[in-house]
Amino acid sequence: MQAFAKKYLYGDYGDKENAGSNTDPHSAKPPANEWPLWEVFIRSKQGLDHKHAGSLHAADAKMAIENARDVYTRRQEGVSIWVVESIYIHASNPDDAESLYDPANDKVYRHPTFYELPDELKHM
Amino acid sequence: MVDTRLEEKFQEKIDADIRIEPKDWMPAKYRQTLIRQISQHAHSEIVGMLPEGNWIGRAPTLKRKATLIAKVQDEAGHGLYLYSAAETLGITRDEMIEQLHSGKAKYSSIFNYPTLTWADMGAIGWLVDGAAIINQVPICRCSHGPYARAMVRICKEESFHQRQGFEILLTLSKGSAQQQAMCQDAINRWWWPSVMMFGPGDDASPNSAQSMRWKIKRFSNDELRQRFVDMCAEQVKILGMKLPDPELKWNETKQQYDFGAIDWEEFKNVINGNGPCNKERLAARIKAHEEGAWVREAAVAYAQKKNHQQHMASALPAL
Repeated sequence: MQAFAKKYLYGDYGDKENAGSNTDPHSAKPPANEWPLWEVFIRSKQGLDHKHAGSLHAADAKMAIENARDVYTRRQEGVSIWVVESIYIHASNPDDAESLYDPANDKVYRHPTFYELPDELKHM
Repeated sequence: MVDTRLEEKFQEKIDADIRIEPKDWMPAKYRQTLIRQISQHAHSEIVGMLPEGNWIGRAPTLKRKATLIAKVQDEAGHGLYLYSAAETLGITRDEMIEQLHSGKAKYSSIFNYPTLTWADMGAIGWLVDGAAIINQVPICRCSHGPYARAMVRICKEESFHQRQGFEILLTLSKGSAQQQAMCQDAINRWWWPSVMMFGPGDDASPNSAQSMRWKIKRFSNDELRQRFVDMCAEQVKILGMKLPDPELKWNETKQQYDFGAIDWEEFKNVINGNGPCNKERLAARIKAHEEGAWVREAAVAYAQKKNHQQHMASALPAL
């Protein structure tokens, strides 16, 4: 039950392995000298969206972008890079997926196939 | 009680080939197995830079030097993709590095062998990267989303590594008598360690069954190893060289190659820290980490200083 009630921010899981570290997700903080974690989004070509490519550690935004270029665009896979510190990503809880998306499930009128129209009607 | 219901739903997802993503519920053992496998895979990439980095300064031509540097840089990137995937499971980078340096975490046994000649660069590219590719392609479809996606990136880059290695050996095989001998010698030294990269035989591999049920592992060690042997036994003919296995023979009935017994004592020794280069590899990693500490600290101090300056600037009242 507890697992459903907790709110997780992406990136603040505790370590479940016995590495001797704090396992409480809400107080898990990286040691002061570890560079923060950043998520990287790359636009591979003009006209496409930015896609999540992975994560990396960097001391600040400028370094994060340079590191993202070095790691994720070595073969010209990008024209634009976005970096966001992982703690600022908020995500929905996958366990809520059913209830979160349920309102859309019974609204079939949002789909074009719901509407029956004569065949002679063109361009629609 | 709640856990068994969750485990059932989890297994249903796995069976339906639905990917498990970072925030999804997963059994503790699934998480731990993946943390261990992905982090050790990452460590292997990073440690793997060392035997090849050894020859960058002595590459015979500028082209060879440039391609070798590019390959080693790629390995660094592969390690980073994998650390990134592991971090989604709740372990931090610092913890993983600590596990590597303390010896708690392992890395691929193959990197505990020394690179004695230039031909070793060819043998590594052909055999070691070849084995890695056979191992990694199935993982592109493993149940864990981040691990699978990291594998897709890695596999795209890995094929240049194998071709680069084979090309080095091909060039040597067409050279002087000395170069041909050097080529054969490297193959002789790297063949069995590469065959061992696939891990213990299926009956000696107790964790395999659970990993297969969870679709972390898609094929058994022996199956992958057989694929590797069959592939290399054909490719070696193009080099005009021999694989150092007197029992290597085509089996017409089974339509595959029979090959000799593996020396598992050697494998155990190397994996437990007694290989020719284990101490050297770990020492190099620890040294790099400790000597780089001032860079990491300086970057943090600089970022904090910049941050503070910006705060001060925005706090000043407009005149």
